[in-house]
Parts: sequence; C-alpha cells; structure tokens
Amino acid sequence: MRKAFAKMLVVFAAALLIGAPQAAQASDLKGDLEIFSWWAGDEGPALAALIDIYKQQNPGVNVINATVTGGSGVNAQAVLKTRMLGGEPPDSFQVHAGQELIGTWVKADRMEDLTPLFKEQGWMEVFPEGLIKLIGTDKGIWSVPVNIHRSNVMWYVPANLKKWGVEAPKTWDDFFAAAEKLKAQGVVPLALAQNWTANHLWESVALASMGADNWDALWAGKLSFDSPEVVKAWELFGKVLQYTNSDASSLSWQQATDMVVDGRAAFNIMGDWAAGYMSTTKKLAPGEGYGWIASPGTTGTFMFLADSFGLPKGAPHRANAIAWLKVLGSKEGADAFNPLKGSISARKDSDLSKYNVYSQDAAKDWSSNRVVGSLAHGVAANDTFKNGFASIMEMFLKTKNPQAASKACAQLAKKAGI
Amino acid sequence: MREASLDKLKAFLTLLPSMILIGVFVYGFIGDTIWTSMTDWGGTGALALEPEKHFIGLENYIDLFTGFLGGGFRQDLVNAVYYSVMLLAGAVGLGMFIAILLDQKPRGEDLLRTIFLYPMSLSFIVSGTIWRWLLAPQGGVNVLPKYFGFKPLTFKWLSSQSAVLVFNWQDILRILLYVAAFVLIMVGMFMLKKNQGKAIKRWLVPGILLGAVVWVFGGLLPDALFMEEEHGFNLATLGIIIATIWQYSGYTMALYLAGFNGISQDLRDAAMLDGASQVAYYRHVAIPMLKPITISAVIILSHISLKMFDLIFAMTGPDNAATGHPALNMYLTTFRGNEFARGAAIAIVLFLVAAMFIVPYLVGQYRQQGRR
Repeated sequence: MRKAFAKMLVVFAAALLIGAPQAAQASDLKGDLEIFSWWAGDEGPALAALIDIYKQQNPGVNVINATVTGGSGVNAQAVLKTRMLGGEPPDSFQVHAGQELIGTWVKADRMEDLTPLFKEQGWMEVFPEGLIKLIGTDKGIWSVPVNIHRSNVMWYVPANLKKWGVEAPKTWDDFFAAAEKLKAQGVVPLALAQNWTANHLWESVALASMGADNWDALWAGKLSFDSPEVVKAWELFGKVLQYTNSDASSLSWQQATDMVVDGRAAFNIMGDWAAGYMSTTKKLAPGEGYGWIASPGTTGTFMFLADSFGLPKGAPHRANAIAWLKVLGSKEGADAFNPLKGSISARKDSDLSKYNVYSQDAAKDWSSNRVVGSLAHGVAANDTFKNGFASIMEMFLKTKNPQAASKACAQLAKKAGI
Repeated sequence: MREASLDKLKAFLTLLPSMILIGVFVYGFIGDTIWTSMTDWGGTGALALEPEKHFIGLENYIDLFTGFLGGGFRQDLVNAVYYSVMLLAGAVGLGMFIAILLDQKPRGEDLLRTIFLYPMSLSFIVSGTIWRWLLAPQGGVNVLPKYFGFKPLTFKWLSSQSAVLVFNWQDILRILLYVAAFVLIMVGMFMLKKNQGKAIKRWLVPGILLGAVVWVFGGLLPDALFMEEEHGFNLATLGIIIATIWQYSGYTMALYLAGFNGISQDLRDAAMLDGASQVAYYRHVAIPMLKPITISAVIILSHISLKMFDLIFAMTGPDNAATGHPALNMYLTTFRGNEFARGAAIAIVLFLVAAMFIVPYLVGQYRQQGRR
C-alpha cells in the first residue's frame, strides 16, 4: 500500500516535470497588463479584437482595459499626464505616432527604445521607411504603429457634383472656379466644422501651397514660420475660408460630413475616418454613394497620422507589455484591427482582401506616395506647438491676418523648440 | 477661569487636524502654484521625472498680459468679465423677479417653486448638451417661428462671429483708470446725501481729477501692446449666458423666497397701512432688508462664473475664442500644451480675480462683527 502510494508520487512528480515546460510554452506570462487608450464606443470592438488575439497567445495574463473616453484622446491624455507625473505609468499607452510621442514623452526620457524589438520581429522591412523615420529619432524607435489614417482627403457625392455641373478639383484654382458656380446655385462649396477641423483644413491647404519638401523642412526647423512660403499658405487658407459655412464653429465633423451627404455642401476635407462614418453609419457605398480625391494640390502625397502604443519606462509588467506590442505589430493583429476601425495597416504586406474599396485605394497610395506627417493629429509637432497653434488659428479666424499668424507661429515654434 | 482655558485647549486640539490639513492642502498648494507660476516649467522636457525649473519672476504674467502669444488668454479674460456681469445681472434679476411673483402666493406655489428650482439639479454637462441642441443654428430655438408660420430665425447663438462693446487692449491702462474715476464719482454721488463734505473731498474731487488727467494726458501712458488687439462682448457667448441664467435663476429665486418669507407679516401690513403700493413695498422695504441675501448670491454666482468650465466645454468645445474662458484656457495650457508654469500663472490670475469679489465681502463681515 505504502509502496503503491510512493510509486504514484513518483509518477505524479515525473508528470509535473514533463508537463512544466509545455505549460511554459503555452503561457509563460502571468500577472496583469494594463492597456491605456481612448478607444471606446465605435472603436471599442477593434480594440477588443486585438485583446482577443493577445489572450489566445497569453492565457495567463489578466488584461485590464483602461479606456478614458473622448475623441482624439482629449481626456485620456490629461489623465495619462497626471498618472505619469504621479509615478504610476500604465504598462502600455496609446499615443499619436510622431512628435506627440517624441516631443512629449521621449524628450522627457520616459520611454524605452523599441529598436531591438523592431529588429527581432523584422519590422524594419515591413514598415515603410518614411514611417519609421517619423516615429524614431537618432536615439531609437519609440512606438509600434497600429493603424494609418490619411488626413488630406476631399470627400464628395458624385451624383450631386454631376447635378451641379462641377468636377472634383485637382488644384485650389480648380476649386475656386467650381466654388463660384456652386455659390451661384446656393450650395456651400466647402463644409467646415468646429475649430480643430480648421487646423485639419489648414494642413491640407498649407501642404498644397508650399509642397512636401518645404513642409518637411518647416518641421525640421530648416524653414522659418515667418518665411514668405508660410505667409502664402495662410493667404491661401484665408481665401479658402471664404467658401466655407459661417456656422462652422457649432458643428461636429460628422455634421459637416452630413452637409455633403445631404447635398447642402459640395466638398469636405476630413481624415479617412469619414469613410468609415459614411460607409457604416450612413450606409453609402464607397465609390458610388460617396467619392474621394486627394485634397487639392496634394496628389501624390500621403499626409498620415497613426495611433501607436509605446512602452513607458518603469512599466509594472514589462514582459507582458512587450508581448502586447508584438501582437500590435503583427500582420494578424493589424488585419484584425484595421478593417473594424476603418483604417489601413501600417505594414506593407497587409491582406487587402479584408478591406473595402476606399481602404484598398488608400493602402495603394500609402505604399507608393510621398509620406508626410500631419500637424493637427500630433505627427509633425509636439503638444506645446499644437496647443498654441489652436489659439493662433482662433486669432486668424477672427482677424484673417496672414502676416500676424505667421509671426505668431514663428514665436511659438521658438518656444516649442522646433 | 481654569475651566475656560481647558475648554479653549480642547477646542484648539479638535480644530488642529483640520487646520493642518487646510494649511497644507489649500494654502500650501496655493503657495506652490504661485511658486510654479514664477518658473519656466514647460516645453519639451516638461514631463520628465525631474523636470528642469528655473525661477523667472513675473515673466509668465507679463507674457500673458502683454505678450504676442497671450492674445487668446486676454480674449478669454475679457469674455469672463462680460460673462460674469451678465450672469450676475441676469440670474439675480430674474431670480428676484420670480421670487416676487411667487411671494404673491399664487395657486400651486409649491409646484412652481419645484419647477423653477429643478434645473439646478442637472449637471452642467447635461444642461450644456441640451442647450447646444436647442441653440444649434439650424434647429431648436431657431425653427420655433416655423410652427407659427413665420420664417425660421438665423441667429447664431453659439457661433456668431460679431462682437459689441469692442475696445482695444492697447488702451487697457487708460480704460482701467477711467473705470476707477467712474467708480469714485459714483460712490461720491451716493455719499452726497449722507455726508456732503466727506463725499466731495474723499470721492468726487479725486474721481473728477483722475478722469480729467487721464483725458488730457492719457496719450502719455504706455501702450500695453505694440499692436492693436480688439476684444469685445462676443454675441456667441449669449447662448452660454442664457443657459447659465436658466440654471441658476431658480437658485437665487429660492434664496430670495426664503428671505421674503422671513419678513414678518406685521411689517408688510404696516407698510400697506401707510399706503405703500406693492411696488413701493418691495422697493423700499423688502429688497433693502434682503441685502445680505443679495450679497451672498452675488458672491456665490461670481465664483461660479469664474469657475465656468463644463458648460462651455459641452456647448462650444475647447479652442473657441469667441466663447473661451480662462479656466478652460488654464486646463488646455497645462494638460494639452504641457506648459505647467503658464497654466499656474493663469490659475493665479483667476484666483486673484475671485479674491477681488470675496475679500471685500469678508472685510465687510468682520466690520459688522466688530460693530456688534
């Protein structure tokens, strides 16, 4: 009896010994993983899809989804800042790729360099070179991009344009010609919404006015903000504003898009989340119900913004966070997330059959166009500049003075360290 | 004697913890904010574990009031002043009016009182969202006339770009001195009945003199800015003012109603016997008696109007110069722009403006106690 018991014990111990490594392969990670983001509501399911993949790979980890709602992270970023200042960083947090990350967190020495991870996963080859430059500095690469949105897109309804006898404009001169025709028929030529969409419009206009090279030079500090190129951009912007709706400041971007859908306005310049809105909420077929073109004068240039996740120094569960970043950068993760979010994958090798007509078109441009960073969405400039620019925009909307706006930008750039 | 001092000691010991807590968490933090506002904490390395801070004195304040990039703040400050004045006049006036009507004891007074007080129970975010829909340019209030067969209104309650009562910030020193002269003269006029000699010597003559000097030599005063910068009362704030008055007039109504009920019926009867009309009773008897209530209403409303944040955020959003407010600006500067020192400076400016309302009240209270 005793012998039998001892035998059983031996067998049991052996089973444990053999079983242990296997268990380790399935999930060697334990503990918590706190993911901090502002994806809720419409964007919640896309985040959930990523978390599902993570849980399959790491069943031992308890995922805490710490979402702070509010579009574009307005509320989340304030909460994040108080947490980081209080010495309580989440394991991984969402941040717009580019200067919003670099100018704020990397400059403050709060982030870990992800270059080893990029090399280990072979991401140096699958992400476009231009993108890696924009999310990295000479000291390292700082975040894993999850999605790509395009900012310089002009939306319209093809049937309406036919009715009004105008065509989608390729340059701003074309637009002004069309706008006169539209005004005569009582149609608002360009729908605009509240203030941040004015910043969004400005970057498209400025890109058209000064060209991609000057645009890049501007943010590299090689072109000054009170140079004639920037003054000209503000002048053009002022001219474009004349053709927008006067009640703009009380509309949300969806309401401005609605103006185009309802036929009250002809065009709207907005990021390609508008495509998701029109396809999903308004049930319009891309290409037939709504059309798109690169915003006037920017054909061949892809102004991008991206959501990304980084690894803060002192993350309580570092290993779990790295496993999370691996999911984000993987092809599987990107193609599960992006069709739901309405964006495209940052990877060059994404499975295009999972996306709709618009996204396929955008993905094609992404891999072939010149890529530049968006100002309004945190790629081109840091928080200090972005916040100050919002009040300069307010000043300009009131005074319409291009000289003063450029001068104010130049002072602001000095303060923001550009 | 001994027992009394023991009681005092007990009272002191009981109060000590809260005194320490308030000392640290109120006055200590005010002091820390003042200190922060005099540093250059901000810019690219602002969020480092050990951010670099240097003492720069009053530079942040000078920049806010006279700097090239402070235009947004100045507009917000002007907005807040107009906004406070309108809110005070509107909420106190309307609340008093409703209270007088309810004081006539109409039928269903209880129900009406509840209805008027109800808006206060809503949070600003909720009422702001509702009012944003009501005041939308192509909806709500503006389409009301349609139901009666008229054309819809086109007034842009929240997005109008026009402003009235516009002044140039360059002239701010001159304007402030004119205001000071005006106040001196007004006080003098009021004092004239009571104490003629003192009124003329202390108030009227200095007031007129100050006004005249500024009028003649005002050109010699330095400009606050090197360029013109116009600020005014933006018509887009009308919508927000309407919503706030709607929310707070019920509250002032409740204050006044309680006051009116506290006036004894005998006094009212006596006034009526002396031949006072309803209007005369309220004007000469009831409202003067409720001066403490008016003062506390003004204090409470003024600090609410200075803290205004969520209502504006819900109705017109951030980055809206026409309806901006220093409190919003402070939040955005600090937590979006990472300029902690500048945000602290805005906070201190707001703190000083609030003190301008509250300190005279406190002084008045102490004096009254002294008289007793």
